[in-house]
This record gives sequence, C-alpha cells and structure tokens, in this order.
Amino acid sequence: MACIEARGLRKAFGATIALDGVNLRVEEGRIVGLIGPNGAGKTTALNAILGLTSYQGKLRVLGRDPWTEREQLMRDVCFISDVAVLPRWIRVSQVLEYVAGVHPRFDRAKAEGFLAKTSIHRGSRVRELSKGMVTQLHLALVMAIDARLLVLDEPTLGLDILYRKQFYDSLLNDYYDRSRTIVVTTHQVEEIQNVLTDVMFMDRGRIVFNCSMEDCEARYLEVMVHPEQAVAARALKPMHERQALGRNVLLFDVMQSQNRVDRQQLATLGEVRTPSIADLFVAVVGNHAGNQASEIKGAAR
Amino acid sequence: MNTPSSAMQDSPLDVREIEPSVLSATRPFYWSVRRELWENRFIYIAPLAAGAVYLFAFLISLIWLPHHKMRALGALDLAHQHEAITQPYDFAAGLFMATAMIVGVFYCLDALYGERRDRSILFWKSLPVSDVTTVLSKASIPLVVLPLLTVALTAVTHFIMLLLSSVALRANGMSVVNYWAQVSVFQMSLMIFYHLLTVHVLGHAPFYAWFLLVSAWARRAAFLWAFLPPLAIMAVEKIAFNTSYFANMLGDALSGGTESVSLPGSMPIHPGMQLTPGHWLLSPGLWIGLAVTAAFLFAAVRLRRNREPI
Repeated sequence: MACIEARGLRKAFGATIALDGVNLRVEEGRIVGLIGPNGAGKTTALNAILGLTSYQGKLRVLGRDPWTEREQLMRDVCFISDVAVLPRWIRVSQVLEYVAGVHPRFDRAKAEGFLAKTSIHRGSRVRELSKGMVTQLHLALVMAIDARLLVLDEPTLGLDILYRKQFYDSLLNDYYDRSRTIVVTTHQVEEIQNVLTDVMFMDRGRIVFNCSMEDCEARYLEVMVHPEQAVAARALKPMHERQALGRNVLLFDVMQSQNRVDRQQLATLGEVRTPSIADLFVAVVGNHAGNQASEIKGAAR
Repeated sequence: MNTPSSAMQDSPLDVREIEPSVLSATRPFYWSVRRELWENRFIYIAPLAAGAVYLFAFLISLIWLPHHKMRALGALDLAHQHEAITQPYDFAAGLFMATAMIVGVFYCLDALYGERRDRSILFWKSLPVSDVTTVLSKASIPLVVLPLLTVALTAVTHFIMLLLSSVALRANGMSVVNYWAQVSVFQMSLMIFYHLLTVHVLGHAPFYAWFLLVSAWARRAAFLWAFLPPLAIMAVEKIAFNTSYFANMLGDALSGGTESVSLPGSMPIHPGMQLTPGHWLLSPGLWIGLAVTAAFLFAAVRLRRNREPI
C-alpha cells in the first residue's frame, strides 16, 4: 500500500493557488525529497498531508483522510515543521513527560539516550537552548516515536553546517530502517541528495518531476565541453545548457525518445558525469520559470 | 490500520488495538491540563499570592484591633455579632473568587491565541491529541481547576483565620467558644462550593467559552475583540431602541441569575441564605447558558482545526 497517495489535490488561499492539482504517490520505505522554489506549494502540500489544512481532491495518508482523522494519523506520523515550533516556555523534562503521556508509541528511554549524546540539560527551558540544540531536542523526540511516516519541512533551516550534517547522519543511522517513510523539503539540496531514494520537484502548485534516484542516475547525464565543441554537443538536443569555469555544461536526458544519446557518444565531447539534483532542478524547472529557478540555484549553491 | 490478514489474527492483537483508544480518552486530557498548568503558573500563583496578602493584612488587623472593640462585639445582638465576625471570612472568599475570575478571563483570552502566535500549535498538532481534547482541557481550567482551587484555598485560609483569631481572643483574655460557634469552616466551604458551582462554573461558563472562542479566532488584540462587540451591542440597543435587554441579560448571567438561592445578590455565607437547587435546575437561564457554552466551544474547536499560526 502506498504511504501517501494524492490525486488532484487543490488548495487556494483567496486568489493565490497554492496547490494546482497535485498527483503523487509515495511508497512505504522511501526517503523522498520535495524540492521547489519558495511559494511552490511545498509547505501547503505537507500541511495537507499532516491534516493541518483543508483541501480539495483525494488524499490518503497511511490509508486515512488526514483532515478528518488527524488525531489517529498522528500516532503513526511525526513531523518537524521547522526549527522554531517547540514552545519556548517548556522544560526539556516536561516535554519528555508530556510526549510520553500523550503518545502511545513514544519510547522515553530512547529519547533520553539520544539526549545523553548532546549537551542539553533536563532542567533547561527551550528558550535557553540554542537553535541547534532545539532541533536536536525535537529530533530526539521524533526519533523515539515508532512512527511510519516522518515529515520534515525545512528541518535544518538556520542551522550551521555541523548541526545540519549531524541531523541527517542521525536520521539515517539511528532512525531510518527501510520500513519507515521520510518526506523532506529543503533548500540545501546537495546536503540531502545522497540520503534520498526519490526526488520530486514542485513548481507553481504542481509536481513537475518525480523520479527515483537510481533512475535519475541512469537517465540524466551532464557533459562539460570546451566552447569549440558546443555546437556539436547542442546538435544532440540537450535539456539545458549553462556556463561553468569557461566550459559549457550540457545536460541530457538519455531516455528521451527522439534523440538517443548514450554515454560513449557524450564522452567523445568532454567529461561526463551525473548531474547534481540542483542542476537537474534548474534544467527541469528553469525551462518553465527562469527567474524562480535561478533563485533556487542560488540557494542550493 | 488493519489489513485483512492482520485483522484475522488472534484476539491478543485486538486487545492491544483497544487499549490505545481507551488511553486516548483520558490520558491526553490529563496531560493537556498538566501542560496548561506548566505553561500558565499564574493559575495557582495568583490565588496563592492573594491568600498570602490577605492573611498578612488580617494578622495586622488582629494585632491592631483595640481591646475595647472586641469587648463591644460581645455586647452586640446575635445577628449583628455574626455579621461582624463573619465579614472577614466573606471578604476572603470574595477575594479568592475575584482573583479566580480575573485569572480565568486572562487565561482564556490567551489559551488558543498564544499557541498560534508562538507557532507552538504546530508542535501540539504533531501529537495525537484532538482539537476537542485540547479545547476541553483549556476550558477545564476556569471551569474545574480554578473553582476547586478556590474552594480549597478559601477553606485553608478560613481555617488559618480561625486559628489566628482564637489566639488573638485568648491573648485578650476572652472566650473562644462563642466565636467558634459563629464560624463553621466546613459549612462555609459547602456554601462556597455551591455558590461556585451555580454562579462561577455553570453561570459563567458561556463567558469563558466566549473568551476561548475569541482567542481561537482573533489574529491580534483578542482582549478588544472579547469586550468591544458586546459593548457595541449594548450601545446600539440603547441608542436605537432605548432598551437594555442585552446588558440586563449579561448582568443576570454574571450574577448567576436569581434561582439558585433565596437571597440572590448577597454573600454566599449569609445566615438567612437558603439553597434552592431544585428551583435552579429548572430555570431556563441555566440551560440556555449551557447550550450557548456548548455552541461557543464547538466553534472554538472548529476554529482551532482550521487556524494556522499567525
């Protein structure tokens, strides 16, 4: 059974259309990156999945309707919406006690174990912790819950690089076990691309790209050519072209039916490599929306 | 969720399935109330402080009470003597009730507003606690926690006052027996409990529910939204029709109506006071008020479900 299944998901805030007929299917055990420019509708989509906002269209999460069954759904779903939502007045010991009190699947000893590896004191209030420590605390709470779906919306926003690395490392090493599903949005695409099993691009309220990482690697190739060979390379109809370090970088979709290009063919033109998600994003989304794409590229760099 | 195969399995699995649902009814509610007390410590600190200040003032009044005044008390007839003796006790009870009301109003106005303002609603909603449980746990602060605290604190304060007075009387060489005959802490507590239940809990429930509704709805200035619309209705009614039905209705509801006791408007420990619970239970005002409370709370639950962080 699919963990998340959405068909024709729509949501408008007044005249602004946040979700414009989103179709998506996330199987259990996947780690999905939802990438998109600001205002693409990522957070709205996640809020719909979490039962935080109403919507039109069909949406099932773990077989439930999130809007009408949020309470039951939250026994199997965890989310970190961004770094600053833990109440600032609460003490670390109180939040452990509270979650243990209300959540049937929370393992307090496990959370204490994670916290023991950090410098967070039980008696501290959240307002006394640094931003990185608050995220560590939230992650410790979430990882101690035996959930089936974890949703992370910009979980590492505003954290320094050490905390960001540590965040994804503990998520992978201590939490993910192939039966759980993780959906994550972030602008720091390159930091999570080795973590993901699937990637989706969102733009203007729609899913514009949906691909597993293996397929991405098999399907998309990037070749760096010297300017004198650019014309020959362009004849092979690349999806996208950009300049980098005095070379032309061309991105090809080798599966595209009208021009069957293969690795050997490209290798004669220059150095061939797998494009990063950020470059792929620019190629896919940038073709439609140049301005927004350069923004995400800037953020991703 | 049960796939058909797991549903077919043996009964122990079913028992485990049932347990969380029983758990879900009471445990989240209990923890939600505890959480409110963690966050809003003024709920108990304010009444405790009021009690401490009052006892301090009472102690000073005993020390400074002139000897001849105490003697004069003995010369009064019984009714006046009773009034003079129980007046400080009445005052203590009234002080706790007023404190609880102020605390309750400010608590309710912030209860569903503050969590949206500091975005912590996203954390609370990430846990398996329903909006109904949350709103009811918040409503239980002014309607259950504060009244029980008021009864308990009043009883304790009355008892301490009785002890202090006895010491003061003995120090002046007077008998405490007559004084004790006038003051019955237990009976006063019962009367206060009845008064709190009829007026402060069931009578004022629509007001607290209104404040919760406003706090779930307002994007800013919840306090103004809570008080200005009723004032506007009163003003419009007065100017347009030169009547004040709405104001009278609110006034009746605030004073707890006239049905629960024989002497409405007097202090709950008045000697001539008769309780008329049967009369009160049959009064339409009570049931209309409860229906309004339910409607307001229902609306607050719906709003909490829809509202996003500010």
